[in-house]
Order: sequence, then C-alpha cells, then structure tokens
Amino acid sequence: MSPVFFWLASALMLLFGAAVIMNRNPIASALSLVVSFLGLAALFMSLDAFFIGIIQVLVYAGAVMVLFLFIIMLLDLRAEERRKINLVAFAGGVAVAVIFFGQLCLVIGHLRQAKQSFPALPLNHPDDVRSVGLLLFGNYNLPFQIIAVLILVATIGVIVLSKRELR
Amino acid sequence: MVTLGDYLFVSGLLFTIGFAGVLLRRNIIIIFMSLELMLNAANLSLVAFSRFRTDSLGLPNYHAQVFVFFIITVAAAEVAVGLAVIVALYRARRTIHVEDISTLKY
Repeated sequence: MSPVFFWLASALMLLFGAAVIMNRNPIASALSLVVSFLGLAALFMSLDAFFIGIIQVLVYAGAVMVLFLFIIMLLDLRAEERRKINLVAFAGGVAVAVIFFGQLCLVIGHLRQAKQSFPALPLNHPDDVRSVGLLLFGNYNLPFQIIAVLILVATIGVIVLSKRELR
Repeated sequence: MVTLGDYLFVSGLLFTIGFAGVLLRRNIIIIFMSLELMLNAANLSLVAFSRFRTDSLGLPNYHAQVFVFFIITVAAAEVAVGLAVIVALYRARRTIHVEDISTLKY
C-alpha cells in the first residue's frame, strides 16, 4: 500500500468526520458522513480487506445513510438556531476529548509493534471473500444464525415503535 | 512506509472526533452519527490488527474480519431501532434537542 494513498484516504475520512460534528445543518452532516465512510472503505481496501470495504460502502454509505437522510427529511429539521452555549460544559467536553486523545497517543507510542510495517502477503493467496466466507459459514455459523434472528427482532421492534399509538 | 501505528493513530483520531461530537453537540441525530463514527474507528483498528497478525501461511487473521462483519450488522440494526426511538420521541415531545428532554435528569 502506498503512503500517499493512505494519507489521502485518512485526510478525507478525518476532514469529513470533523465536518459531521461541526455543521449546523443535519443534512450537510449526513452527507459528510457518507464521504467519511467512503474514505474509511478506502482504508479497509488498503489493508487488503476488500470484503469489509465493499460491505462498508453497501451497508453504511448506502443503507444506513439513506435511513438517516429519510428521518431528517421526515422530521423536517432545519439548521438549528444558535443557542447560548454553556461555556463551562463546552470547555470540559473539549478537555476530556483532548486528554483522551493524548492518552491514546501515549499508549500507541509505547507499543513496540506500532513501529513495524505490515508483512507482505504471499504471492497467490486466496481472496479474502473466500476466506471470510469459509469462517462465517464454518466456525461462526451459530453466531451468524443468531444475527439473523437479531435483525428480525429489530425489524419487528421498529414496526412496533413506529405505530402511532404506543401502549 | 505505512506502519501499524499510523493506522492506530488515524483510528484513534476518528474515535476522538466522534467522542467530541457526543460530548459537544446537542442535536440528538448528530450525536447518533457521532456514535457511528466511533464504531467505525474501532472497526478500522480491528482490521489493521487483522492484517498485521499473519498466520503460518502468511495470510491475515480473518477471524477479526468476521468480527467486523458482525459489528457492522449489529450496528445497522441498532441504527434502525435508534432512529425509530428518535421518531417516537419527536412525536411525543416535538424536539430533538437533548437539553429540552430532561425528565430523567432531576
């Protein structure tokens, strides 16, 4: 993987990730989130995880973002008017986030493996969709079935929640 | 040369952006989007570790990628249920501003 590609995709992801939390308009935030997820999918592909990258684009940039935009338009949200921000709470929030990031950098700095680059893959390795699929339907067959039940339950739950009269 | 540390750094920065969004924003939909950012930051470090730890054949550790697949699936279900809760909340209270929803606070 080339460093230029890596830093381009990271910058794309981080810039639009920051745009998500800085935009006043929820629609602009949702569209920034799409671009951020596309950058993340590019990073997955730079790690030879093509299956996860494609799933990321299909599920997040496709389905989840359509849901978000649909709800924003359904609720007819406009750019929120500026309210008086609580300065102490704002400064506290920024401080907690910065301290968290500082600690994270400290841990990564102490990690010995963090300075090593990734080992090369063998020349004619099986593609990752095949390997992930073999694991998914072999070792992880039971969790896979349970996930299917979970999605069914979630679907029924959403329908119940969306009924006009909640009892 | 891109190292494992670079990926962990980028993933940590994305997580911090999401974390700051949850702490600083007051719009419940933006808070929900920030949660998605944090989930995806965790996914990125999982995939980076999966690529880093190769097995005896020199292949990446695909167990981590199956784990990421499960996380994405559960997150999609979570988004659907969460947005339904937000719609129900908006119907009842006519607001999505978290400071206006303080019944449980006192």
